[in-house]
Amino acid sequence: MTESDSLPSVTRRQVLKGGAALAALGGVSAFVAACGNGATPSPSAAAPSGGTSPSGGIAPSAPLASTPPAATGTITFGSNYSDDVPKKAMQAVVDGFTKKTGIAVTVNTVEHGKFQDTINAYLQATPDDTFTWFAGYRMRFFAAQGLATDISDVWSSIGSNYADAFKTASTGDDGKQYFIPFYNYPWVVIYRKSFFSEKGYTIPKTITEFKTLGDKMKTAGLIPLAFGDKDGWPAMGTFDILNMRMNGYDYHIGLMAGKNKWSDAKTKAVFQKWAELLPYFDPQPLGKTWQEAAQDMIGKKAGMYFLGTFAGEQATDPAIHDDLDFFPFPTFGTEFDAESAIDAPIDGFMVSSKAKNLDGAKAFMEYLSTGEAQGIFLASSPNNVAAAKDADTSKYTPFQKKMAEIIGGSQKIAQFLDRDTNPAFAGANGMQGFLQSFLGNPTQDLDKFLSGIQAFYDTLA
Amino acid sequence: MTTDALDRAGTAAAVKRRRSRPRYGTHAFLIAIGILWILPLAWTIYTAFRPYGETARLGYVSIGGQYNLDNFFNAAKGMDLALHLFDTLIVVIPAMILVLFFASMIAFAVSRYSFRFNVAMLMLFTAGNLLPQQVVIVPLYKMFTLLPLPAPFSDNGLWYDQLFGIVAIHVAFQLGFCTFVLSNYFKQVPKEINEAAVVDGATVWRTYWTVLLPLARPALAALATLEFTWIYNDFFWGILLLRTGSKLPITSALNNLSGQFFKDNNLLAAGALLVALPTLIVYFALQKQFVAGLTLGSTKG
Amino acid sequence: MTSPSSSSAPLAETSGAFAPPKARRRGRRGPRFSLLTRRDKVTLGFMVGIPAFIHIALIWVPAVLSVVLSFTQWNGIGGIDKIKWVGTKNFDTLINIYPPFWPAFSHNLIWLGAFLFIATPLGMLLAVILDQNIRGSRIYQSMLYMPVVLSLAIVGFIWELIYSPGQGLINNLLGIAGTKDQIDWLGNRNLNLWAVLIAAGWRHVGYIMVLYLAGLKSVDNTLREAATIDGANARQTFFRVIFPVLAPINVVVLVVTVIESLRAFDIVYVINKGLNGLELLSVLITTNLLGEASLVGFGSAIAVILLLISIGPIILYLYRTMREPAS
Repeated sequence: MTESDSLPSVTRRQVLKGGAALAALGGVSAFVAACGNGATPSPSAAAPSGGTSPSGGIAPSAPLASTPPAATGTITFGSNYSDDVPKKAMQAVVDGFTKKTGIAVTVNTVEHGKFQDTINAYLQATPDDTFTWFAGYRMRFFAAQGLATDISDVWSSIGSNYADAFKTASTGDDGKQYFIPFYNYPWVVIYRKSFFSEKGYTIPKTITEFKTLGDKMKTAGLIPLAFGDKDGWPAMGTFDILNMRMNGYDYHIGLMAGKNKWSDAKTKAVFQKWAELLPYFDPQPLGKTWQEAAQDMIGKKAGMYFLGTFAGEQATDPAIHDDLDFFPFPTFGTEFDAESAIDAPIDGFMVSSKAKNLDGAKAFMEYLSTGEAQGIFLASSPNNVAAAKDADTSKYTPFQKKMAEIIGGSQKIAQFLDRDTNPAFAGANGMQGFLQSFLGNPTQDLDKFLSGIQAFYDTLA
Repeated sequence: MTTDALDRAGTAAAVKRRRSRPRYGTHAFLIAIGILWILPLAWTIYTAFRPYGETARLGYVSIGGQYNLDNFFNAAKGMDLALHLFDTLIVVIPAMILVLFFASMIAFAVSRYSFRFNVAMLMLFTAGNLLPQQVVIVPLYKMFTLLPLPAPFSDNGLWYDQLFGIVAIHVAFQLGFCTFVLSNYFKQVPKEINEAAVVDGATVWRTYWTVLLPLARPALAALATLEFTWIYNDFFWGILLLRTGSKLPITSALNNLSGQFFKDNNLLAAGALLVALPTLIVYFALQKQFVAGLTLGSTKG
Repeated sequence: MTSPSSSSAPLAETSGAFAPPKARRRGRRGPRFSLLTRRDKVTLGFMVGIPAFIHIALIWVPAVLSVVLSFTQWNGIGGIDKIKWVGTKNFDTLINIYPPFWPAFSHNLIWLGAFLFIATPLGMLLAVILDQNIRGSRIYQSMLYMPVVLSLAIVGFIWELIYSPGQGLINNLLGIAGTKDQIDWLGNRNLNLWAVLIAAGWRHVGYIMVLYLAGLKSVDNTLREAATIDGANARQTFFRVIFPVLAPINVVVLVVTVIESLRAFDIVYVINKGLNGLELLSVLITTNLLGEASLVGFGSAIAVILLLISIGPIILYLYRTMREPAS
C-alpha cells in the first residue's frame, strides 16, 4: 500500500483545515499523484511476523542468553492492571526494578477485559517482552502454542522462594516453567462484621447453618447472598465451590480437563443443589455486575457475598474495608469436607516468545518473584496475598492474614473455572452463556442442558 | 376547459378545507409521539446535571436540590475525552475525505465513460456496502494481524491496532454508498459539459477535477455530513481492530466510564451526552444536508 | 445503467462496451473508453483501480475467505499450515449442537419482525401524517429524526438510564425501584430483547420516516387531489394512490430494515456483550473470534449463515436500483 506514504501529511492538514471538505480535496490530489509515481506494492517491511511464528516451546528468534546476569537496556511490559489503584501499584513495582537493575521498563497498559479478549492476537502479532497473565490451563495453553518463553532457568534460581504448589501452577504441559506467580486470593464468603454482630448473626459452618441464617436474613428483608453475573464469569466461582464441596477437587479438575463429563449425574447433582440454594441468592443477578453486587453487601442490602477477596476493592472507605471479614464456603457434610478445597487463582507474569530483550525480561521475572516486589504491590492492594515465601507478612492487614490462613488451610487449591479448562469453552462463547442460561431458567430440563454443554465441549476437543 | 377549471376550484376548496379544519386528533398523536421521542434524551440531560448524591438523597424522579456541571467535568476527565476525541477525529476526517475522493473518482469514471465493467463495478460496490460487517471480520482480523504496514502508518509494523487500519476499513465499507449516490448524481449532469471540456483539450483528470467535481458540491456536502456522523459513531471497528486503550475511538472509550466502583448513572449520562454532542451539533447545524444525503441514496435510481 | 435503452439487461449492454466508435450515438454517455488517449486511460485506470482495490481487498477478499474458512478448524494461532480442513462439521455443530445458535437466530428474526411490522409502519405513518401540511411539521420531524444521528452504542447507554432497575426512569416512575418487585428490564432474559428493541426502534422509526418523507415529496399532488375529489377517504387515498407510488422506496426501506436487523450489534454489546437473552448472530461471530482461543472456522461458519441470509435482500436491492429508470 504505497499510497499510504503521503497520508499522514494530508491527514494533519485536514485536521487543521477543520473538515472543509471541498477545499480539502485539493490536498488529496497531491496524494493521488504520489500514488501514481510508485504504484508497486512494497512488502518491504520485514517478513510477516505473526503467522509464521514458531510452534515450538522456545522461540528461536530470541538471542542466546549466554550471560544471564548482564542484562541491560529496555524491556517492554504489557500490563492488564488498568484500574487506577493497581496501575499505580504496578508502576511502583516497575520503578523498583528499574532502580535496582538500571533496566528501563516501558509499560503498555491495556484495559483488563480488552487484554483478555485480544491476548491471542497480541501474543502472535505484537507482544511485549513480558506480560501479565494467569496460572492454570490458561497459561499452559499459550505455552503449548509456543507463544511463551520457557523460564525454567529463572526458576532454578528462584524456585526455593515458592511452595511446590506454586511451581506446579507455573509448569506447562512439557514440564517446563513459563510463569512467575505474583499473588493469589481466595474465593470466600465476605460479610460485614458490624452488620453480623448488630443483627446477631453467626458464621455458618455447614450448608444447613447457612440455610438457617439465610432464612433469618430473608425475614429481615435482606438478600442473604449478593450475586451479580452480568459479565458471565462470577457464577463460575459458585459452580466451582459447589462442585468441589459435593464431588471433590479431583472430580472437579477431571471435569475441567474433560475426563469427567458435564452430562454425568454427579455434575447434574451440583446444578440441582444450586437450584435449591438459589432462593438465598439475589433473585436478579443477570443485570448486575460484580461491583454492583459487592455494593449490595457493603451497603447492607445483602448479608453476604461469595466472591474473590478482590471484592474488597469496592470498599473505598478504609473504615468499611476494616469492617469486612470472610469465611470459607460452608461444608456439605461429604467426604470432601476435609480437603477444604478452594478457588485461589494466581496472577503473575510470563515472557512472550518474541521477547526482544530476553535477558532483561528474565531479570524482570526474577525481580517479580521476590517478596520485595510483591510487597510493593500489595501495599496498595490489600485484597491479595503474596506468592513468594520471603514476602514480609508482618505488614499484612487482618484481612490479608486471614486470606493467607484460609489458603494455607486448604488441602486442594483450584484456579478458577475459566483458568482450569479450555479457554474456548470457558469464554463468552461457552460456559458464561450456559451458566447464565441456568440462572435465567433454573427449572429447565437439566439433562438436556448438560448434554448440550457436553456436546459443545466435545466439539472443541 | 370549464370542467378543468371547476375541478381545480374544487380541489383548491378541498385542500383548503382540509387545511383549515383543525386536526386536534393528529396533533395530540404527534405531540404524544414527540414527547415519547424526546423523553430519553431529556431524561439523560436532566440526570446529567444532577450530582449523584442529590439523586441518591431525593430519588431519581424528583425536582430540586443541586444542579451543576460536575458530572460533565468528571466524565470528561474519567474517559479522557480530549484524547479520544482526537483519536476519533484523526480517523473520521481522513476517512471522510478519502471516501468522498475515491467515490467521486469511481462515480465519475463509471458514469461519464463507458467501459467494460461499469455495472458490475457499481453492483460490487453497492453490495459490499450492504454486507453486514460481521461477515468479513474473521478473515479481516487475521489479515490485519498478519499484514505488514510500515512506519509511520503503524507503530507496530502491522495493520492491527492502528488508526490507519481503522481509516482503511471505513473507506472500504463506505465507498459503496458514496459511489452509488455520486454516480447517480453525475449521470444527471448534461453530457455537453464533458464534451466542452474535451474540446478544450482537457485531460480526463482535469475534466474530473475542475469541471465535474465542483458541480457535485451539494452532493459532496450532503455525503460529508452523513459520513462524518457514521464514522464518528463507529463502535464496532474500534472494539474489534484496536487494542491500545489510548487509541480507542470515543464511543468505545465511553465503555470505560461504566463504573469501576459503583454504578453512577449521572456520570454515565453526562459521558453519553458529551460523546453525542458533536453529532448533535452537526445535526442541528446541517440537518438539511443530513437528510438530503440519506434521501439521495434512497430515491435515485 | 450504461444505457437507457436496455433497462432490463444492463450487463448485456456493457459487455459490448468496446463496440466500434461508429456505434455510438450522439447524446449517449461520455466517450467510449477506447477513444481516450493513452494517458487518459491510465488516469482512469487509477481512478477506478485504487478505490476498487481497497474495496475488494478489504471486503470481498475477506468475504470469500470467510466461506473458505467455514470449512476448516483453526484456533487462530500459528501459520496457515495449522488450518485443518473439516468439511461441513462446523455447520453441523452450529445447527445441531452449539446452544446459542438457535436463540441468536430467532432473536435476529424477532428483531427483523419488530422492525418490519412495528417500527417501519410507524415510520411510514408518521411520514404520511407529516407530509400533509401540518402546523409545526418541521419541529415534529426534527424531534423524531434526532435519534438517527446517535450511534446505536450511545442509544444503548441512554436507554440503560431508562431501564436501570434501581436508578432508571421506568422503575422510579412505577415506584418499584429499589424494592423487591423492581423489574430488571435488561437482565431478565424474557424481557430484555423487547426492551432493547424499543430502544433500537426509537432510532429506526425516524430513519424510515425520513426515507418515506423524501419519497412522498415526489408524489404528484394532483393525484392526491384527484382522489379526494373522487370521494376517496384518507385510507383509500393512501393505499390506492400514495402507496403504489412509493413502491421504489418500499424496496429501499425493506432492504434497509433487513440489513439493519442483521447488522445489529453495538446496542446489545454495550448493554451486556450480547449474552443472556441478547444473543445475535453478529455477536456470536465476534465472540468466537475474539477471546483467548478463537474458533476461527466456527465463527466463519456463522458468518457464512449471516452472508446467506443477507444475499437475498442485497440482490433484490441491486435488481431494483440498477435497473435504469424508465425516464
